[in-house]
Formats: sequence, structure tokens, C-alpha cells
Amino acid sequence: MPESSLEIKDTSCSSSRYRMSSLRQYSQSSVLPLPMTRNPYNMPTISAFCTEDNVSECISYINREVSSLGFPLLCTESNNGPELNLVDVLNNVYNLLQLHRRCLQTVEDIEVEQVKSNSNMDYLQLSNTRLKDQLELSKRENTGLLERERQLQLKVKSLHNCLKNEKEEVQKLQSIIASRATQYNHDMKRKEREFGKLKERLNQLLIDKKDKKQTFEVLNYVGRSDGKRSLWKTGKTEARHEGEMYKTLLNDYDSRHKDLLMENAELKKVLQQMKRDMVTILSPRKHSQSGEKHDDSLEQTSSEEDEVCDSSRESLELSCEHAREQLTNSIRQQWRRLKSHVERLDSQASLVGERANMNAIPKEVHEQEMDRLKLEIQQYKDFIHTQQQLLQQQLNSPCDDETASLLNDCYMQEEKERLKEDWKSFEEKRKNFEAERRNFTEAAIRLSHERKAFEEDRATWLKHQFLNLTPFGDQMKPQMSKSQSALSGWAESKVRPVSTPAKLNKSLSHTAFSTSRASPAKTPSTADLYRTHRLIPEKSPSTIHPKQDSSILRNGDIPAQLRHVNGGANC
Amino acid sequence: MNFSEVFKQSNQLCRVSPDGKYLATCVQYRLVVRDVNTLQILHLYTCLDQIVHMEWSSDSLFILCAMYKRGLVQVWSLEQPDWYCKIDEGSIGLVSSRWSPDGRHILNTTEFHLRVTVWSLCTKAVSYIKYPKACQKGIDFSRDGCYMALAERRDCRDYVSVFVCDDWHLLRHFETETQDLAGVEWSPNGCVLAVWDSCLEYKVLLYSLDGRLLSTFSAYEWSLGIKSLAWSPSSQFLAIGSYDGKVRILNHITWKKVTEFDHPATINNTKAVSTLSNEYMSGALHLPYPVQRHLKNHLICPLPVQVPVVKPDLDRANPKVGVSSMAFSSDNRYLATKNDNMACVVWVWDMQRLGLLAVLEQTSAVRCFQWDPRRPRLALCTGNAKLYLWSPAGCVSVQVPAEGGFQVQSVTWHCSGDSLILLGKEQLCLCYMEVGEEEEEEDDDVK
Repeated sequence: MPESSLEIKDTSCSSSRYRMSSLRQYSQSSVLPLPMTRNPYNMPTISAFCTEDNVSECISYINREVSSLGFPLLCTESNNGPELNLVDVLNNVYNLLQLHRRCLQTVEDIEVEQVKSNSNMDYLQLSNTRLKDQLELSKRENTGLLERERQLQLKVKSLHNCLKNEKEEVQKLQSIIASRATQYNHDMKRKEREFGKLKERLNQLLIDKKDKKQTFEVLNYVGRSDGKRSLWKTGKTEARHEGEMYKTLLNDYDSRHKDLLMENAELKKVLQQMKRDMVTILSPRKHSQSGEKHDDSLEQTSSEEDEVCDSSRESLELSCEHAREQLTNSIRQQWRRLKSHVERLDSQASLVGERANMNAIPKEVHEQEMDRLKLEIQQYKDFIHTQQQLLQQQLNSPCDDETASLLNDCYMQEEKERLKEDWKSFEEKRKNFEAERRNFTEAAIRLSHERKAFEEDRATWLKHQFLNLTPFGDQMKPQMSKSQSALSGWAESKVRPVSTPAKLNKSLSHTAFSTSRASPAKTPSTADLYRTHRLIPEKSPSTIHPKQDSSILRNGDIPAQLRHVNGGANC
Repeated sequence: MNFSEVFKQSNQLCRVSPDGKYLATCVQYRLVVRDVNTLQILHLYTCLDQIVHMEWSSDSLFILCAMYKRGLVQVWSLEQPDWYCKIDEGSIGLVSSRWSPDGRHILNTTEFHLRVTVWSLCTKAVSYIKYPKACQKGIDFSRDGCYMALAERRDCRDYVSVFVCDDWHLLRHFETETQDLAGVEWSPNGCVLAVWDSCLEYKVLLYSLDGRLLSTFSAYEWSLGIKSLAWSPSSQFLAIGSYDGKVRILNHITWKKVTEFDHPATINNTKAVSTLSNEYMSGALHLPYPVQRHLKNHLICPLPVQVPVVKPDLDRANPKVGVSSMAFSSDNRYLATKNDNMACVVWVWDMQRLGLLAVLEQTSAVRCFQWDPRRPRLALCTGNAKLYLWSPAGCVSVQVPAEGGFQVQSVTWHCSGDSLILLGKEQLCLCYMEVGEEEEEEDDDVK
């Protein structure tokens, strides 16, 4: 339920407040939507609270309210229905009016109070701001004063220090004065003592009157240490003395002058060297600098070079003031440039170092790698070394029998293996040789067969010729020509077979010669060759009939065959 | 290293002849001349009184013996032992006596510095020089023996006279701008004369041989000034030691300060080596840390080193502060200095680097130190029975073998650098170095 918004602090009206609030509540939450008007008191008045229909309800309601307020009831319940007691009603009205007046009064009072408190608050606010300002002001003043105090304290301290210093100085001076005074006194006393002694002596002399004169006894006068005779004191000697004195002085000055000149020359040389060095250091860098400085630098370098050349040429004239100044100025210039250059490099380096610290890391890593690798290399070297040593030891150390025999066995094994290999190679060669020999023998056999065949052919042809030796030689010409051509062909081919038989003979003879030396494994093949060799001249028809037949059959093909044989034999 | 036996001497009078052959010692009123190597007595002379000062002539033929109380000077000849010469100053008294560089004249300074009498042994001529100044070093002869510089004081003003030693002809006479001239010293090349003021004023004046003022140097005002001065053997540097504990080095070309050496109480210089002689530990069976081979009986101290400082009594005159002794080595390379606040310490500076090279700390105050005339070797003594030697290669301490305790008060090198003369209170001992010494020295530890 909405609370009353009235803020009445008057506690005496608390109950009426409650009641009014409940009245308000009721009026706000009443079932009947009653039209509301505003009266001068700004209280909503309900003009149609009570109508003819709901009189009893209203009465009961009002009774309730009034009873809660503590007033006599409006009407009493009777049997006939609610009856309004006029007196009570009037009393109630009167009471209500009184209540209302009281409330108004309180409201007024409250309003007055409120106005008062508002004005109080305003006043307080004003005073508050005023006080704040004052506080601010006083704070500022305070700080100002503190500041002044601090300064004054500093001043006081410095003055204290000054005072202390002055006091110390005064003390020092006092001590100095004291020591001087003691020294003076001491000297004074000494002088006085001496004076006293003098006086005494004087007195003594006056009294004594015996003046013991000075005496000088000598046996004989001695010669001068340098052997010369002493000279009289004359003007000449005096002049001589003067002269000698000046001579000594001049000698001394001369030597010093020489030393200084030498030093000067050295220093000048050093300066020039420095200048040249600086020029060389600066000039290549200059070209790499920005273009704006390029021209200047070029000019300057050229001028420097000129200077250098000049100075080398005019080295003799460097003693003059102007040249010396020039030299020093140019050196100063160069030095300044070098300094600025170095500063620039430094700043660049620092920038680079800041930005790219990465460069530093790889370098470190690189270094570490290098170290590690070096270590590894060293380790390996050591390893190799130890190995070498062990090996040496092994070789040099006297081994016992077992190892010796083992070693020997090893050697034997090695040798055996080597021999085996050699054997193998020999075997292979032998096989090759055998194969070749077989080929040769076959070729030789074939050759012999063919020769036999050829001989037979020749024999038959001769026979034919012999038999055909008739004047009818023309008919035989084609045959002859054929046989001639065959012969010629054969003659042609005979040349080659002759060569090949020669070769074969050679090889055969070679083999024949080598039979005695040939290994037993080779003899059967040579025996065959022999047989074939013998077969060639002594052709017994019976034995070589099958071969003859074959050869006869192959009559026409002899040259080709022979040629084939040649080819075969030649290959 | 060999030590001779101990001989008697008095007044710390023991001098080697300039040619290095003889050793002359005084015992009361006797003058004993010995051969340096054999120490056999060659001559014995008797003087009339106790000898207070003894000096060889430059040609080693004569010896001068002075007896100040009696005002007598006796001269003895080595060639002719019968020859005698006696100079009696009479009532005028005698305060100092010395030879002239030619070995034929004797300069006697009378009492109260009234005058300097120049006696000649060759002629009858006598010269007098008036108004000599009584100061720290009033007379100095140039190294070649040609000139003598004499400080004079007339009418409350300081003058310097330059004499030609040949015939004592006054060459130059000029006034110096000093308040109270304390000393004169020729440079080794004989062309420059350094003149310095007393300790109340820090001032060094440099005059040329012909009397022109070349330069003036003053480091500060009011505080106590110069305590000691030393020329480098090549005349390149002039070292000035002052009461503020610093040594200032001037160069001979501009006469301006090249550098200054400070003697701080805490040494942090990493280039310097600090050694501490630990004789108080030598009795122990073992040393706390291993001793390096070339530092027998010495310890190298780790930096920073705290040097013991003795606060002097400033109420007394001539306080024990400041650099009182300085010595250049003969090869110009090193400078040894001693600061009086830290009397136990000798500081060795490297002149090439112009920096501190070594700090030698002893157990008691260093009494005397001297460089070997031939090589860069420093001998020093502290009044106990030990001799300390330092060289750039290392340092060594040697006990002097003598019964009854020999307290080494001063050390003098023989002109050849092969032997050392150690003087005690009433005793004298010679120490012969062996040639090729350095390695052997460390190994020998003479009881």
C-alpha cells in the first residue's frame, strides 16, 4: 500500500497521520470510483461520497472511522436500522473540525519550521563555503610560510657552515700566528743568547787585552792541485772569469736549446703523423655519408690533401709562427671532426644495439658453438693420439708365444688367401688358354681337312688336266676358266690360307715347341694337333673318306669355306 | 754481505776519501787512516784537542781536523806523514771549517760569524769575507768546484755573493728578495742557484749564475714554509719539502710546479707497495702469512694502509712536522722522503711516473737514509741493530753482527756503491756488498 508522502515530524499528529493515511488509503482504494475535486487546502474532496443508496454503508463507515478516532459514534445501531444521532453527528463534526484546525495549525507551524530550517541551511552553507575559502587561504599561507621557513633554515644552515668555516680559518690563522710567534720567540731568544755571548766575549777581550792573534804554521807550502802556478789578480783575470762564467751559462743554454728543438721537432712530427692518420681515417668515411655533406667533404678532403702536400713541401718553414698555427688549427679541426664522427658512430651503435639485440644473441650462440666445436676437436685429437699411442704400444711391446703364433697364423692366412686368389686367376687364365687352344685345334683340324680336300681337288684337277691335255683346249676353257677362276680364286685364297697355315704352323710349331714345356693338361690337345699336322701331308684316302666326301661335296664352296676358315682362323 | 769488525770512533766522524781508497776515523783526538778494503791502519795522527770536524780534501791528499773549542785547525798529509799545518784562529774563535773545492784552501768561519777567513796552503795569501750569514746553509760550492755562493747579511738585508774559487775573486754580488735567507744551493749543472727563505715564509728564488733572478716560487703564505730542498742529479727537478707535509717538484724549464707529493695518513694508492719490516716477529717460529722471496723479513701490507702519525707539539719552535729530508737517487729515477709526523716511514716516489712507488714502514723512527751512488738502492737505519736496504726489486733487512749490540745511527755509502759505513754511538762498522748482490742478499741472513 502506498505510504503517505506527508513528512510531518510532529509526533502528536502521528496518530492523526496514521488515520489520515488510512483515510487516504481507503479513499484511494475505495470500490466506488468517486469523482474528486480539489479544495483550497489541496485536499481531494469527494462530493459524491454518500448517495441515497449507500447511506447505511457510509454511516457504518463513518462510525468506524470516528470510533477509531475516539469520538462518539455518529449513530447507534437500533432495530429499525441505523439512526443518526444529530447531537453525536454535530459533535463529531465539531470534533473533526477541531482536529482539522489543529492539523492546519501544525502544518503551519511545520512550514514555518521548515522555512526557518531552510534559511538556517542556507546560512550554514554560506558560512561553510566561506570557511572553506578561509581554510584554503590559510592553507596556502601555511605552505608559503613553511616554504619561507625552509629557506630560512637553509640559509641558517649555510650561515652556520660559513660561520664554522670562518671559525676554522680563524683558528688556523690563530695557530699560524701562534707558531710564528713561537718561531719568532725562539729565534729572538737564540739571537739574544748570541748577543749575550758576544757581549761577554767583548767584555772578556776588553778585560784581557791579550789578543791572541791568528797564526798559521805550516811546514812548507804545497803546490796547487792542478800543478799550475797561481796568477795575480788583474783586470785580465777578472775578465777571464767573467768570460768563463758566461761561457758556462751559454753552454748550458745551448744544450737546453738543442734538447728543446729536438723535442719540438719530434712533437711536430708526431702532430703531422696524427693529422695524416686522422685525414686517412676520416676521408673514406666521408664518401659514405649523406649527399648534403658530400660536396663539403670533397672540398675539405682536397684541401686537406693540399695541406698535407704543402706541409711536406714546406717542412722547413714550419718553424714560422703562421705555419705552426696552421698546423695546430688543422689538427684541432680534424680532431673535432673525428670526435663528432665517433660520437655519431657511438649513437648509431647504441641504437642498433637497442633495436637489434638479436645480433648479440647469434654472436653468443656462435661463440658457444665455436667453443663446443673446439672442445670436440680437442677431444678427437686426444682420442686419435691415445689410439696412436696404443697402437705404438701394441707394435713395440714384446708379445708372448700365443699371440705370436696367432699373429703368424694370421699372416699365413693372409698369404694363403692371397695365393688362393692368385690360383683362381691362374685357373681362369688357364681355362681361357684352353678354350683358345681348343679353338685353335679345331681350326687347325678344319684347316687340315680343307687342305686335304684341296689337295685331293688339286690331284683330281691335275688328273683332269693331264687327261684333258688335248688340242681341244678351247672346250675346256670355260671349265678351265672356271677351274682357273676357282684356282685363281683359290690361289687368291691360297695366299691367305698360306699365311694362315703359316700362322697356324707358327702357332702349331709354337705349340709344338712348347709341348715339352706345356703342362700335362695341355698335351692331349697337342697330340691331336700333331695328328692333324701329320694328316695333312700323308693323306690316306681310307681314313678321311667321310671327310673327303664332305670335302668333295663341298667342292665349290672350298674357297668360301677356306675363306671362312681364314676368317675363323684369323679371328 | 760481509761485515767488518767493529771499530771505535767518536763524534760520528768517519769519512771515506773521495777516491775511495781510504777510510779516516777520529777517536777522541786521534785521527786514524785505514785502507778501505783491508781496514789496516795506514796512518795515525794526533791532534791537539778532541776533533770536532774532519774532512778530506778533494784530491784525497790532505785531511782537515778542526777543534772548535780551541779554535784550531790541523791539516795532515797522506803522502808526507811528517808534514803538518796548524791554523790557530786565536781569540776570534772558530765556528766552522771546510775545504775549498781545489783542496788547497781552508775556509774558517769565526765565532759569531764575524767573517770567513780563507787560508791558502799554497801561498801566503789570506782572504777575508765579511758579513757571512749564520743560517742553515750559508755557503755552497758548485759541483765542478768553480764557484762558491755565500749568503751575506748587511743592514738587515740579504745578499748573495758568488766567488770564483780559483782566486776568490768576487764575481757577482746581488741582493735577494728574502725576509730571512735560510740557505743557498747550486744546481748540479752549476748554472742555477736556489735560494730559500726561512720557515716563516715559503719562498724559493732561482738565480742564474750571472746573478739574474730567473724565477720565484711560493706555494702558500703564512704557514710555516720550506723545511728541506733537493736538486735532482740531472738538474731537471727541484724538490721542495715543506712544513705542511708536502713535497713540491719544480721543473727547470718554466720553474713552475710540476706536481706535489703528499704524505697522507691513509694510503690508497694501488700502484704503491707498502712494506712493513717485521723484526718484532722474526723471533717467532712461524709467520702468519708467507713472506715473498725478495722481501725477507718484510711484509707487504694490503691496501689501504694506515701510517702511524705522531701529532707534534705545535707550541714549540721547529715542530716535528713537515718533510725534513729528501734524497734523489743517482739515476734520477727515485726520490726518498721522510715526513716528520710519520718518522717511522720512508716514502719512495717514482720520478718517471711522478707517483708513489713504495712506503717503507719501520718499527721505530728512521734516523738516516742514503742512496747508493751507483744504483737505485736505498740504505736506511732506525737506531736498532739492523740495516735496511730497499731497491725496486725488493727490500731486505740485515742484522749487524756485533756483540754488545750495535745501534746503527747513520749510514754512509762508499763512493763505489760496494760498501756501507755504519756508524753507531761510539762504534763503526763496515758492510761490504758482494757484486751481483741482489739475489744473494735475500738468501744470506747473517745472524
